[in-house]
Amino acid sequence: MENPDINITIIDRKGVIHKIEAPTDMAMNLMEVVRSYELAPEGTIGVCGGMAMCASCQCYVLSETELPEMQDDEEAMLSEAFYVKDNSRLGCQIQMTTEMEGLEVELAPES
Amino acid sequence: MSHSKLKYVSSFVSNFTFMITTDILIIGAGPTGLFTVFEAGLLKLKCHLIDALPQPGGQCSEIYPKKPIYDIPAYPEILAGDLTDKLLEQCKQFEPGFTLGERAETIEKQEDGSFIVTTNKGTKHQAPVVAIAGGLGSFEPRKPLLENITEFEDNGVEYIIKDPEFYRDKKVVIAGGGDSALDWSIFLSDVASDVTLIHRRNEFRGHLDSVEKVQELKNKGKITLITPAEITAINGNEKVESVEVTKKGEEPIVVKTNHFIPLFGLSPKLGPIANWGLEIEKNAIKVDNSLDYQTNIPGIFAIGDVNTYPGKLKLILCGFHEATLMCQAAYKIINPGKRYVLKYTTVSGIDGFDGTRKEAPKAVVKAID
Repeated sequence: MENPDINITIIDRKGVIHKIEAPTDMAMNLMEVVRSYELAPEGTIGVCGGMAMCASCQCYVLSETELPEMQDDEEAMLSEAFYVKDNSRLGCQIQMTTEMEGLEVELAPES
Repeated sequence: MSHSKLKYVSSFVSNFTFMITTDILIIGAGPTGLFTVFEAGLLKLKCHLIDALPQPGGQCSEIYPKKPIYDIPAYPEILAGDLTDKLLEQCKQFEPGFTLGERAETIEKQEDGSFIVTTNKGTKHQAPVVAIAGGLGSFEPRKPLLENITEFEDNGVEYIIKDPEFYRDKKVVIAGGGDSALDWSIFLSDVASDVTLIHRRNEFRGHLDSVEKVQELKNKGKITLITPAEITAINGNEKVESVEVTKKGEEPIVVKTNHFIPLFGLSPKLGPIANWGLEIEKNAIKVDNSLDYQTNIPGIFAIGDVNTYPGKLKLILCGFHEATLMCQAAYKIINPGKRYVLKYTTVSGIDGFDGTRKEAPKAVVKAID
């Protein structure tokens, strides 16, 4: 069977680079992958549980990886969040798929 | 009673700090806190709840009242707001007290072993047992990243509108793109002398009729809308005098105003509870999960999303279980040495503190000829 894991890079809020394997067969999103590896303290990421309602999982996409298009919810939340840049996305809205091999993101500061 | 004596009595009452007393003081009126009232009631223990939000339900009513939950046992699907209503209905006969819109600030242990918890508004509560069911913490307004904003708090910068009349004939600038920014802009357009609404996008996330109403008020010149734009500075000498507004790709402009109201929603912070001397790990309170969810301070328990222990899962159903075990431990603290065994509601029914009784209908005993 094909390995359902992909290799991605996450830079945490302290600037530490983590090269990790993310499962693509467990319906996990990027925020959940960060939590499963405990790359940000509990209570500082995924606060709303993944409903695009808190922006605690905001990250900056550094690679050219093609990602699912932003939906209204995510766009609206980012329009009210802080530290937003042009490459900002909400981790909870990015489902892990095999096409995302090589994805590189940096977690936005806590706010 | 003479008039002067009456005056003396009333001034005495206002100087005397009223104390709310109860058996279990619950901090946090979310699902776990509300279910605690029910379980405590079965043990004839009274509860009082404190919550920073103005309504019960916690996250369920504040963040996602219209979202369905699928993992409440026996409810294949229930909206978070409906779950709150059901929990309130379930615990109603045990007459819980509420201190809403106030944040539990300090806790002091008394010589008799009880605790006094005081809120940010000075309301005092005394109980032999404290159950922290604070979820992710108290909801605090999200503050825009402007370096001098704290200097202007309560001097023209307000994150929450308490009394709209406060803005009568004043110039007001509101920032934000959600329902509260829209609704307050609409409301204040009839109260304030000027209302300016600023949002980072042209699109607003709110009820369609609110968006349409703002459009109408903008067309009538009753609301000034500046989008897509951001507040980039606050100016003033002690009090807010103006704000700097920057439209994407343009030079900043200065808007004269008396008040700047940023409405960017609320985010939960553990807050003052973190300073109560409790053992904290992963932004949560460590408890003894082998027994009763007690913290490192005897008499103070932590239940629901606010606690942590090996294998902890932040689920509503786990909070219900933790609340139930905690109530048994609370009973032993409040009634030392007094015997008790678990009773089933099916068998015993429920006797409310309000005098009501719920019980299974009696089977009919009648001979058949």
